[in-house]
Amino acid sequence: MNHQLLMSILILSPFVGFLINGFRYKKHSANLAGTIATAAAAISFLSAILLFIDLLGMPAESRKISVSFFDWITVADFKVKAGFLVDQISAVMILIVTGVGSLIHLFSVGYMHHDKGVAKYFAYLNLFLFNMLLLVLGDNLLVMFVGWEGVGLCSYLLIGFWFTDKEKAAAGMKAFITNRIGDAAFLLGMFVLFLTFGTLTFSEINALIPQSPETSWLGAITIGTLFLFIGATGKSAQIPLYVWLPDAMAGPTPVSALIHAATMVTAGVYMIIRLNPLFLMAPNTLMVIAIIGALTAVMAASIGLTQWDIKKVLAYSTVSQLGYMFLACGVGAFGAALFHLMTHAFFKALMFLGSGSVIHAMHEEQDIRKMGGLKKYLPITHFTFFLGWVAIIGMPPFAGFFSKDEILWMSFHSPLGHVGLWALGAIGATMTAFYMTRLMALTFWGKSRVPKDVHPHESPAVMTIPLIVLGILSVIGGWIGIPHVIGSILPGHPENIWEHWLSPVIKAVPNLGHAEASQEWLLMGVSVTLAAASAALAYHFYVQDPEKPKRFAAAMGKFYEVVYNKYFVDEGYFAWIINPLVRTSKNIWFYVDVNFIDKATYVLSDIVRGGGQFVRVLQNGNIQQYALYIAIGIVTTLAFVLMR
Amino acid sequence: MRARKVAHMPSNFILEVGLPHYLVLSSLLFVTGMAGVLLRRNAIVMMMSIELMLNAVNLSFVAFSRYLGLLEGQVMVFFVMTIAAAEAAVGLALVVAIFKRFKEVNIRFFEHLKG
Repeated sequence: MNHQLLMSILILSPFVGFLINGFRYKKHSANLAGTIATAAAAISFLSAILLFIDLLGMPAESRKISVSFFDWITVADFKVKAGFLVDQISAVMILIVTGVGSLIHLFSVGYMHHDKGVAKYFAYLNLFLFNMLLLVLGDNLLVMFVGWEGVGLCSYLLIGFWFTDKEKAAAGMKAFITNRIGDAAFLLGMFVLFLTFGTLTFSEINALIPQSPETSWLGAITIGTLFLFIGATGKSAQIPLYVWLPDAMAGPTPVSALIHAATMVTAGVYMIIRLNPLFLMAPNTLMVIAIIGALTAVMAASIGLTQWDIKKVLAYSTVSQLGYMFLACGVGAFGAALFHLMTHAFFKALMFLGSGSVIHAMHEEQDIRKMGGLKKYLPITHFTFFLGWVAIIGMPPFAGFFSKDEILWMSFHSPLGHVGLWALGAIGATMTAFYMTRLMALTFWGKSRVPKDVHPHESPAVMTIPLIVLGILSVIGGWIGIPHVIGSILPGHPENIWEHWLSPVIKAVPNLGHAEASQEWLLMGVSVTLAAASAALAYHFYVQDPEKPKRFAAAMGKFYEVVYNKYFVDEGYFAWIINPLVRTSKNIWFYVDVNFIDKATYVLSDIVRGGGQFVRVLQNGNIQQYALYIAIGIVTTLAFVLMR
Repeated sequence: MRARKVAHMPSNFILEVGLPHYLVLSSLLFVTGMAGVLLRRNAIVMMMSIELMLNAVNLSFVAFSRYLGLLEGQVMVFFVMTIAAAEAAVGLALVVAIFKRFKEVNIRFFEHLKG
């Protein structure tokens, strides 16, 4: 089939689904709407696979399917085409987006079955998929930006899906407003890049970049990439704009899985990977990205240690894992970033859906203190969640191990990396193992703390099938990127397919030294041991001796309080940014608007009204008086004319 | 232009009746009529006053016509009289209607004609 047609089907299928469900959302039943939406996503997935197969058939160096539908904007030198591009990077992305997306659509059929606005929900979900595909496939920054804004809108709509709850509606607004800050920076970044290169098309930008890295902090590339990175911190929930993501858990759980774990929040990482040759020319920006990424990874993980809401733990875990992806980008390991993006999409979507299954079983209970011992009620959910757990804490040979280890190794080994970054990453990984084990232990293991009136039950097949598929992917997903040191001792010497696949589009880190196998083994051993030890400790804490965590928290005193309250970041933002802003605005409103502009217009209107008061007595509706005025007028005029 | 030809006042104003006498009478009548229209409230009196003003104009038309030896002025008078008759017919009809309704012909009742 020709590429243009496939591409249109890929992009438009979810949009058609959105239109069908969107225009008839009051009439469609849960099953009908779910079937339409899932079919739309599945059709999209099929065309993505077909495109991927076509891509595989091409020679490695020229793997590229580029389709331009029409000239979108043409103003003097500024030309933008509605062009879409499938290459090694976006092929991976469309497979994740449509594949994981289809599974989550399927899961939603079960999860949202009893909701009143179910057709509207599916319409939004399809619209999200459409926008995400625009974002991923756009061959220039502007098309990407359209998708970027579109997914933001859908995220807002879905977080606030149960908008009658004021808190949830507020969470949607928080996400939207925080994202807008990032989006503004993204726009500025586009302006800078357009001024510098005169184009917004990725291939043209990547062709025009200078030969040597830019060392100045004030160079055009450094500033442009920094702005783009700020845009990415908004969408991908990094310090300082990460605050919206934990609150975004107010949305339905499948939404958290699709938008706030697997796809949308990775958009920032994807954008940086897309522009990797450009970012490599701005080492200062990369340094900032690496530091922010590592700090976010550790900070979010530490908050995750203390939370009681099953979805909040997963949300902070997502922020933390996104931090790893940025760390990878920052040390120049863009391939590792995309690898972790993919494996994370599998195991985090799995865990979110698993938590959805748990919440469903517990009748909308999200507090893990009221769970425990769910293993026997939810065997499938428990087993798949278990697979997600071993994947995320980085146990070999599960998916998360390969991707996370690659990131940690590169943050140590790359000339752009630093041992400090590695240490932060390792601490983050240790914490990850702890809070994930804690989550497992409190939810599925140990003694049951389920209230007597709740009877947990396993979810229906539409919900468990996606869990099983994602569980399998969480196990095998990492095997396509086995590092050389491990590959060389395995039977058959499997190659690093992943690296091979991406090598034509992702630039290697400049001046990468020779990798010492012993060093690599050592670091790998350290991080795996740390994670395993920390997991064992958590198991001891929460299963064997459930009283210990309380004593431990009490011993930590104030420090525990600070972490439990998320470092008071939200409060700090309120105290230092939001409230001063509101106060300033109120002052400006009061002094400038009310006391100056309004007053001025009042004075003007008073003058007019006062004048009117004076003249209106002349116009009293008495014809005779009018006639008198006419007579006076005539006499005066005549007198004037005759006396002259 | 013709107004400029008005002769100077003759020496014997009382005995020799000429154009000025007519004009003075005409303006007196006009002012009386105007005062009636402007000041009186009775609709019938007001109509009579309008009649008075029209006839004051007629008088000056005729006087000028005679003085200048031109017929146009007298022709004009016929038009004015025709209009005056029409106006009287319409006006009186209104007055009668108002009277029937309010038992009075005060001009303020004409407000009720407003749409």
